[in-house]
Amino acid sequence: MNFVLLILSAVLTNNFITVKTYGICPFLGVSKNTKSAVGMGVAVTVVMTLATLVTYPIYKFIMTPLNITFLWIIFFIFIIAALVQMLEAIIRKVSPSLYNTMGVYLPLITTNCAVLGVTQLFNGVNDLSAIITGATGAMNLGWAVLYALFAGVGFTLVMIIMSGLREKLNCCKVSKSLEGFPVSMIAAAFICMAFTIFMQIKV
Amino acid sequence: MNKYKKITLDGLIFSNPTFMLVLGTCPTLAMIKSSALSAAGMGLCVLVVLTLSNMIISALRKVIPNQVRIPCYIVIIATLVTLVQMVLEKFVPSLYDSLGTFLALIVVNCIVLGRAEAFANKHTVIESAVDGLANGAGFTVALTVMGIVCEFLGSGSVFGLQIMNFKIAIFSSPAGAFIIYGLSIALFTYIIDVFQRSRRVKANKLARENLLDRNGAETAEVNV
Repeated sequence: MNFVLLILSAVLTNNFITVKTYGICPFLGVSKNTKSAVGMGVAVTVVMTLATLVTYPIYKFIMTPLNITFLWIIFFIFIIAALVQMLEAIIRKVSPSLYNTMGVYLPLITTNCAVLGVTQLFNGVNDLSAIITGATGAMNLGWAVLYALFAGVGFTLVMIIMSGLREKLNCCKVSKSLEGFPVSMIAAAFICMAFTIFMQIKV
Repeated sequence: MNKYKKITLDGLIFSNPTFMLVLGTCPTLAMIKSSALSAAGMGLCVLVVLTLSNMIISALRKVIPNQVRIPCYIVIIATLVTLVQMVLEKFVPSLYDSLGTFLALIVVNCIVLGRAEAFANKHTVIESAVDGLANGAGFTVALTVMGIVCEFLGSGSVFGLQIMNFKIAIFSSPAGAFIIYGLSIALFTYIIDVFQRSRRVKANKLARENLLDRNGAETAEVNV
């Protein structure tokens, strides 16, 4: 039951884009067609999950005993940057076709709020840890990684919805000053409104 | 002097980071939906970090090797953000709480890295400082104006002062922030468009009058 609650919370009620407003840059920039939206979504999901998997032990077993948790911004951004570089190199070597669909978005992810946001799950700076403890009653590496994974799934879901909307918007006649970002933001507002309905979920 | 005027106008209006380039959208949306005060606070924090990072990066532009410049920039920016965070936590704890996680996310704000990459590593320290101030001010003004609009519509108050007794709940949620942001961009680009068109029309008119004058003079000469 905890498991279901955590997944619902990560994907729907606390969706990263529509509720937390993390990762809006890729959401507006890379959602012009569904293919690139899926590529970006998957890339963000993978990096978010791996970043949580790596930063949690480092925070818990290296930074906390040494009392250097105030340096977390510098540490985490470096870990994420290194992780993204490694992942890019590995994917390029192992599967060039996967690199063509997903790898091109990887360098953009280093400066993505969603990834740095999710690594703050466990240091108490934001309310994400409260979401996990609220849903499962405990906070450990397994739950944190699971949460990051499904937050990524939620991110991908909204990216796909948005790309579908934007593909349709291309066929519409929009007045000149509303073209581009303004009209996609208003479309995004309607997605957010639709997602507020999930706030009603009580398990 | 003209150079500084151009940098300032570019940062504030013609390449305003919020409205023209649409950078740093995450903190913008998160802050304008919460309150005008936190939007202004966010803007000021970015202004401080951006100005200092521009100055440091520009001072070190001959020292930092080109191949590893991005990691170097990130270290500089992350250090500055950590400092700003500590100062706020100590002296303005209420603002620190209302900015929350987005204070740390200034590190990944595209405006800061974007100005470092596009401007600071090619210009002198003073030019970079002016550029940082102008862009930071453009960001702050944009956030504050949108924050005021959102807060007024969402709770009938401005900067926490109750003005009217009404509440449109959607404007204190991400959906309302998206709508306000989208409409603001549309309005801003429209005004810039009209302004530039009128300037062009004026220039054309001036050129045509000059031409007519000359032609007039020529025809007058011919007539004579």
